[in-house]
Amino acid sequence: MAATIGSNQLPAPDRALRERATFTSTVTDTWVLTRRNLLRNVRLPQVLLFSTVQPIMFLLLFTYVFGGAIGQALPPVAEGEYINWLMPGLLVQISVFGAGQTAIGLTDDLSKGVIDRFRSLPMARSAVLAGRTFADLGRNTAVVTLMLLVGFLIGFRYQTSFLRFVAGVALGLAFAYSLSWVMAVIGLYVKDPEAAQSAVFLPVFPLVFASSVFLPTETMPDWLRVFADHQPITTVTNALRALMLGEGALPDGQVLSTQLLISLGWIVSITLVFSLLAIRAYRRAVD
Amino acid sequence: MTRGAGDPIVEVQGLIRTFGDVRALDGVDLVVEPGIVYGLLGPNGAGKTTLIRVLATLLRPDRGSVRVAGVDVVADPNAARARIGLAGQFAAVDAFLTGRENVEMVGRLYGLSAREARRRADDVLDRIGLSHDASRQVGTYSGGMRRRLDLAASLVGRPEVMFLDEPTTGIDPRNRLEVWDLIEDLVAAGTSVLLTTQYLDEADRLAKRIGVIDRGVVVQEGTADELKDAVGGSVLELVVHDEDRVRAMEAIASATGEEVAELGGRRLRVAAREGSGTLLEVVRALDAAGVEADDIGLHRPSLDDVFLAVTGEPAGQDAGVDHEVVDASAAVAGGRDRERRR
Repeated sequence: MAATIGSNQLPAPDRALRERATFTSTVTDTWVLTRRNLLRNVRLPQVLLFSTVQPIMFLLLFTYVFGGAIGQALPPVAEGEYINWLMPGLLVQISVFGAGQTAIGLTDDLSKGVIDRFRSLPMARSAVLAGRTFADLGRNTAVVTLMLLVGFLIGFRYQTSFLRFVAGVALGLAFAYSLSWVMAVIGLYVKDPEAAQSAVFLPVFPLVFASSVFLPTETMPDWLRVFADHQPITTVTNALRALMLGEGALPDGQVLSTQLLISLGWIVSITLVFSLLAIRAYRRAVD
Repeated sequence: MTRGAGDPIVEVQGLIRTFGDVRALDGVDLVVEPGIVYGLLGPNGAGKTTLIRVLATLLRPDRGSVRVAGVDVVADPNAARARIGLAGQFAAVDAFLTGRENVEMVGRLYGLSAREARRRADDVLDRIGLSHDASRQVGTYSGGMRRRLDLAASLVGRPEVMFLDEPTTGIDPRNRLEVWDLIEDLVAAGTSVLLTTQYLDEADRLAKRIGVIDRGVVVQEGTADELKDAVGGSVLELVVHDEDRVRAMEAIASATGEEVAELGGRRLRVAAREGSGTLLEVVRALDAAGVEADDIGLHRPSLDDVFLAVTGEPAGQDAGVDHEVVDASAAVAGGRDRERRR
């Protein structure tokens, strides 16, 4: 590593080519950062393990520990198999958990001075947050694919059409993308990677359990059921389940089209509101 | 907005930046000529980092005008960014990318094509002596290698001016020398460098001009020699036997009328207002007191003394500089009027 550095070997300064962000340069910058963030997921063992082992562990534990007892109590569309009921819910659950990585990745970059470097470069401002959320969408797609493969192996079968099944997966991914923006806001406010861990997972646990992800909400006490039935995780889970298993998976009185519309409404409004908040929080965090 | 060949690379006037109630920068004026290393020296919390962040477009000033490479950083930050490079206090390189990928990425974000970014990255890595390690993930690099990579990453953009915030803080002496060489090469190739440091020897070795910053104001400015002259007066240092120490101190104090400082290790230090005249007085006084000095010498003031005289604080207390020396210079400057341009 003995560097022998002679004088005048370094290139003389020149004016960099770009001074204004154009549409093309914004796309390029976003791609460059998306790729960088994706590499982080693949190359850091702790991140890779967390995103793959943890969801599969959930899938196996819930299927084999609870599945036998729960299977009998499920609506007929599940065909007595808890895995059929569980899989659509788990897709939503890992989307929520996975979105937490947006917060952790951002705080990591903030605390290491990487964001400062980006901001000192003549690049598109928007590429930092866009590159982060797009990369998390890419990671989530890979994790969902892996989970579905394992799910199919241990007996999951969708009961509708392939198209509806794919639409269900897409709905879950879109929901995950909207949650990335929520997590981005949390990350930009807490700033510290360790604080981000608890700030993200403390609210996420009760939200996921107080929903229809694992079980129908009918047996919950009234006060909890009111909350569970109206929060977005339940709405999206129900829509996804109906897409994969058929309308019989919905609670009495619900139809797929309405649940889909409400889900899309949640996804669009969460994305809009929280991306604006994230941009504001980003400006605040770096100044 | 074009800058002539001899025009300043950095021009700051009346720069004010506050954080809540704290005035981090309280009216900074600064002009840096191109093609040199300019050293910003100051204690912790003096405003060095805030100033660098304003110059690098990371912070907007509350008031004042700031031009970097001829560009107004408030009016046209992206044009300024195309002309600058920044290396902050922490090596902002990605551990999960290889050395080459890190530099290439910065090149792409400067707006270079993938091919050009790769070409320049190889070039830069070669020149900083990291080409053998270019394909390894940075996670396997030593701290000094990371710092060099961080410094070099900006070079793909061939900036006109590099801002380096404490470039050698926390790295070992050998890597420190390599970073110094790299900075000197940068300047030789025509890039201007503005760096902050707590290390006086670093400023002395690298910086053609030095600005001392304290409490958000540039309080003293000039070449290292000019700054030392401004403090005035030489310093006399001597070594005596331990059993003679107290007697020697009394004799010197009464002969010179100055406070005598103990540096530890039997070394004593006193301000020599009359230069060699003081030396003669001290030698005579010691002779009369029957004290034999093992070593005696007259020194010009160091940047330590400048720092202390200007800021009223010893240099680098947090930076691991020898405390005994610091204490001594405190005693030397203790009787002096501290004049502040405020």
